[in-house]
Amino acid sequence: MEQPQLLLPEGDANFSSIEDYKAQRGYEAAEANVGKTNPEEIVSIVKESGLRGRGGAGFGAGMKWSFLPKDGRRPRYIACNGDESEPGTFKDRQILERNPHKLIEGLLIAGWANTIDAAYVYLRGEYRGPYENLCRAIDEAYEAGYLGKNILGSGMDFDIYVHRGAGAYICGEETGLMESLEGRKGQPRKRPPFPAVSGLWKQPTLINNVETLAHVPAIVLDGAKHFLSYGTEKSSGTTIFGISGDVQRPGAYELPFGMPLDEMIETVAGGVAPGRKIKAVIPGGTSMPVLTADQIKGLPMDHDSVQKAGSLLGTGAVIVMDDRQCMVRAALVIARFFRHESCGQCTQCREGTGWIYKLFTKIESGQASMEDIDTIDEVANYMEGHTICGLADAASWGAGWFVRRFRDEFEAHVELKGCPLAETSFEV
Amino acid sequence: MALSEELKSRIRAELPKYPEKRAVLLTALHFVQEECGGWIEPEVIPEVAEILEIPPIDVKEVASFYAMFNESAIGKRHVRVCTGLSCCLRGARSLQDAFEEELNIRPGEVSEDGCFSIGSVECLGSCGSAPVLQINTRTYLENLSPADAPAILENLRREITEDEAETA
Repeated sequence: MEQPQLLLPEGDANFSSIEDYKAQRGYEAAEANVGKTNPEEIVSIVKESGLRGRGGAGFGAGMKWSFLPKDGRRPRYIACNGDESEPGTFKDRQILERNPHKLIEGLLIAGWANTIDAAYVYLRGEYRGPYENLCRAIDEAYEAGYLGKNILGSGMDFDIYVHRGAGAYICGEETGLMESLEGRKGQPRKRPPFPAVSGLWKQPTLINNVETLAHVPAIVLDGAKHFLSYGTEKSSGTTIFGISGDVQRPGAYELPFGMPLDEMIETVAGGVAPGRKIKAVIPGGTSMPVLTADQIKGLPMDHDSVQKAGSLLGTGAVIVMDDRQCMVRAALVIARFFRHESCGQCTQCREGTGWIYKLFTKIESGQASMEDIDTIDEVANYMEGHTICGLADAASWGAGWFVRRFRDEFEAHVELKGCPLAETSFEV
Repeated sequence: MALSEELKSRIRAELPKYPEKRAVLLTALHFVQEECGGWIEPEVIPEVAEILEIPPIDVKEVASFYAMFNESAIGKRHVRVCTGLSCCLRGARSLQDAFEEELNIRPGEVSEDGCFSIGSVECLGSCGSAPVLQINTRTYLENLSPADAPAILENLRREITEDEAETA
């Protein structure tokens, strides 16, 4: 059996039709299971495969499926998260553009396994091309009888609707996503109740990322053991890493978990430009703590190893910065993002993200004192763990760890009253 | 500007997809923005509210929350440069500067001929082909450099002329 593969070869980069997909064993898993296999058995296979959510948190997908109540309450929904707004992340887009039927089949199998009535795929509004591709693929799937009424003679009716967001990072947070889908501002809800019990329109709702669901067909078709034979013990299978920033071959690369980060940057993404050195790497999107060049040496790209090294794997979005770049500016860009994207609900986040941004701006322009650097750390600490959702935590880590790991550069800005790397660094 | 009957029916056609009418709000605002000059005019808010049977203030609140909904007039082509970290590292700032200089406008302004406006946008999810920008809410242009700005604008001008010839 071959390595599980989400993306078809680059040659078919534009759109893979249902015929292209079927030529790659597409819909075989659905045909063999929907209406035939006991749903609980499918949930067990997914659990056994160790599939972890690919949306950033890495929670066990099968475990999440098993949280849905068994009280017979209908309708039940899937809210598929395709908001993909974590800076550095562009993996779901690859699936939607290049192999959208993978997601449709994943939704269909998840639908059968969890007795779901309808799925809503929430796509970020900017993804117009991916939206059109997915809609086209969904039309094909309806025509082929994989969606609609009494699918494959199973007695199951199942519909997929695509819902466009409109430019708000917070709608990638699962309860913000549901608020937005229901036609409101994307302000996250308090938990409990959890979405599994009371989600979309207060009905039981399963929320999975696009990539997570796209892995399901191969797992069901080739078995949990096969999936487990790729990656590491606790981060099984493959994932789409997005490598960007100062590398010679930036792009989306589908690889098993566990390749050392420095090796991945060097051999897969072509390394930094000749004569340059890696200075800093964010391993999982800008919500995750930045790592120094020393910290990434031999660091296996799996959830546990990255956490042990002092960051998180997040969405596998690797952002590389070389030795020309100013770390104060990098932190400033990240702080600007969170200030813009805070939904404004919780005081610590609304005020904290603005305060941190102002402090970075002050440092970058050479107007700050040493106390301002300590204030960032203090504000970051106040923000963490005190709000309805994780955005404040992310803003706190994203900013705070730049200060903790590159403090000398922040202090140099104070001492020199300006940027010591102004000649070489990117501009903000 | 009142909503056309055709646009209203397009919005109503979305209603069966959801158990509640309100859920169509984002879709409705996308439709309105695309068909009515690229922004959400205050006049259309009560009309959208009526179709979805929600208070107009709820429509206004949602329109103002989401970055893609413009609350003031934009140019016929609205250029949004991505300012995510990956794009910044590869020169997003100078890319945006090049457009501002070429058009002699700043973010929030519309060029005198009404053709262009410019703005920045948070990460567009195209980090492997940075720097990137989006035209209106559709086309992504990737792997750019500041030197590309004049040719991009020339193409867009040609597009606008062709569009106008078609409508005339």
